[in-house]
Amino acid sequence: METTTSATVVSATASLAAALPDRRSGPLRWLAGFGTSGLLGLAVLLFWLLAALLGPWLLSHGTAATGTSNVFAPISAAHWLGTDYLGRDMLALIIEGARYTIGVALLATVLASGTGITLALLAAASGRWIDAVLSRGLDTLTAIPSKMFALIMVAGFGSSVPMLVVTAGIIYVPGAYRMARSLAVNINALDYVTVARTRGEGTLYIMLREILPNILGPMLADLGLRFVYVVLLLASLSFLGLGIQPPAADWGSLVRENIGALAMGGASVIVPALAIASLTIAVNLVIDNLPGRTARERGAR
Amino acid sequence: MGAPLIVQGLSISAGANTLVDNLSFSVQPGEVLALIGESGSGKTTTALALMGYARHGCRISAGRVQIGDTDVLVLDAPRQRALRGRTVSYIAQSAAASFNPSRTIMDQVIEPTVIHGLCKRAEAEAKAVQLFRELALPDPETIGDRYPHQVSGGQLQRLMAAMALIGDPELVILDEPTTALDVTTQIEVLRAFRRVVRDRRATAVYVSHDLAVVAQMADHILVLRDGKMRELNATGQILSAPEDDYTKCLLAAARPVPRASAKAANDDPELLLHVQQLSAGYGPVDAQGRPATPILQDIDLKLHRGQAIGVIGESGSGKTTLARAVAGLIKPSHGSVLFRGHELKPTLQQRDRDELRRIQIVFQMADTALNPSQTIERILARPLQFYKGLRGEPLKRRIRELLDLVKLPQTVAGRLPGGLSGGQKQRVNLARALAADPDLILCDEVTSALDTVVAAAVLELLAELRRELGVSYLFISHDLHTVRAVCDEIVVMQHGRKLAQVARRDYERGPHHPYYELLARSVPELRQGWLDDMDRSAAAAT
Repeated sequence: METTTSATVVSATASLAAALPDRRSGPLRWLAGFGTSGLLGLAVLLFWLLAALLGPWLLSHGTAATGTSNVFAPISAAHWLGTDYLGRDMLALIIEGARYTIGVALLATVLASGTGITLALLAAASGRWIDAVLSRGLDTLTAIPSKMFALIMVAGFGSSVPMLVVTAGIIYVPGAYRMARSLAVNINALDYVTVARTRGEGTLYIMLREILPNILGPMLADLGLRFVYVVLLLASLSFLGLGIQPPAADWGSLVRENIGALAMGGASVIVPALAIASLTIAVNLVIDNLPGRTARERGAR
Repeated sequence: MGAPLIVQGLSISAGANTLVDNLSFSVQPGEVLALIGESGSGKTTTALALMGYARHGCRISAGRVQIGDTDVLVLDAPRQRALRGRTVSYIAQSAAASFNPSRTIMDQVIEPTVIHGLCKRAEAEAKAVQLFRELALPDPETIGDRYPHQVSGGQLQRLMAAMALIGDPELVILDEPTTALDVTTQIEVLRAFRRVVRDRRATAVYVSHDLAVVAQMADHILVLRDGKMRELNATGQILSAPEDDYTKCLLAAARPVPRASAKAANDDPELLLHVQQLSAGYGPVDAQGRPATPILQDIDLKLHRGQAIGVIGESGSGKTTLARAVAGLIKPSHGSVLFRGHELKPTLQQRDRDELRRIQIVFQMADTALNPSQTIERILARPLQFYKGLRGEPLKRRIRELLDLVKLPQTVAGRLPGGLSGGQKQRVNLARALAADPDLILCDEVTSALDTVVAAAVLELLAELRRELGVSYLFISHDLHTVRAVCDEIVVMQHGRKLAQVARRDYERGPHHPYYELLARSVPELRQGWLDDMDRSAAAAT
């Protein structure tokens, strides 16, 4: 909720900025639509994306252990972010981990929300038995504990990155579906959808043109929150040994592995936690300040 | 018993906008002042300011409000709270939304006295029963034990008046208290309100957009527009000799003139729509094919090309269901709908595109009838592309023509519906229906959500379109005035049955079905003393 209030404050400044005469080119004007905090989020997100894409080529040293004498080393010139419980360089691990965290979590979130929204639109627009079958089917899925489900998936298909994406995706589909369906059912009952129906429009048109644009705002906000859940799920799966397999590590597992540093005052537990925090905050800032979103919501009123 | 109310230089602002601008008026004890104006004119904002209250985001920026000896605006918050409900009380438009559904009526009616500690519970209950009796509520002794959903909308509105009056306030503010009610209920509620206000000699401020209603209640009328006072005068003076142009405009809109039908001279018009023995309803269907909740029963209706037929009835009479059955939105359980001599299939999916194109539906709430995320241009373009495959320059030209047809400026094309006023939205709504080149437009309460002046303009437009394009209307409304102004024939419905059909030439000639007579009698006339005449004739009859 707090993000929404701040978003409205920011959108006010953003719309003020948009009202000023603007002679800049298209993409720049689009960027200006983000407002200050949106741009901040965008910068952090871009930083992590670049780190994930290019990081390994920019690093001089790898993630190999440097010997037991260097365990939980503090921040120094040689190790900018200190070392972990095996004496590996934290900076290299974080950048390496970014690939897993951003890749797996982002893909899984997009997969879950995308599938959820599509099914929800289908359920709302066609109604009757399709709605009933989808809703009860996905309700059944929620009844299975997520860790248990992940365990079954890993036992059945082995642990790999695509496997994790699909597992996390499936686990979060019912949540996204429920949210999207409740929004879509309300929109579906409105007169403009009835008008489209009496015009003879097909289900696909009603789903994509009449309903989707009007549920997109809240669903994007939901996507931001869901992303955070997926990161947490991945971390807990890694803890159970079902997630990213060592020696590779995502940020969640880095926090768990280095929990011992908490007592010793090392940076190695703080840094991955900060990385997770900055990423999730950035994603939510960007989504809350997407240009045009506030205009759409004003139009809805 | 009432206290004088004096308002001087009242200004209310929201951010940089001024909602109410330097308003000054006074009300003598025991008199009723009406605030009248269109939506957004600042009526309710002014009424709330009389209690020292400004809605969220608004601020009372200047002025003085004095009730009796109390200067309301200089009081601190606890003393204002003590003032409200005791010295001033407020009756809102929607009683249904103002009652707590999980507590009994009596508990809620006596709540103001309990909160302010005015008297003992038994005393308050006795007083409440007395008020119920004065307000002509049925079973005054026991109605308090019921819950809000167990009484009707009109009764709830009167109960709310009881809640407002129980603390013997010196000033009563009535904010559109009868707007949400049916005509036949409205007259009952008006009668009760007026008697109570007169008997108790309370000072009252009556907020409304309906001049005819106000004429029955008020001693003085204040006409507001855009937060500015346009005219303040005695009711009789305003009705007979208005000075301000806007007041004249309001008066003209409140007396709709019948618009001549273009096709009256046409001797042999084609039978466009023929509804035969139509029954429909909601819920699961039983063995005989009857739905669990039958709404419509055995409706017969004939509509010729170029004709406009009005369907009138109270809420719940099945008017809208009739339109939905014709449009194919609900499947009839019995009977058939013939359109241009061919039987229409019961559901939308079975009808072909040309049949769908020829029947268009326009809804009451323009707010929900336009997709908020599409520009006006896209909303109008879709039916043109869908039915006719127009694209490029011909499409653009047709959109411009449509906007001209409904008298909207070309500049609205690029805007979202959120940037349009209610009347403009209803015009876009009409333009979208016209884009399909329909034979028949089903108008479901198209003017009910609009202000009098705007509604009159939309009705004018409807009549003009009929003359120019020869479209037919099935015009659904609860307002007899509106229907009379537009339609050639009136169908009266009650409890899902058609009671009577009255042709235009017989509007004034009786005798008609008693229910039609009741409806016709219940529409307030725009003159003072109409309600008194009604009471007198009712008394003479018994």
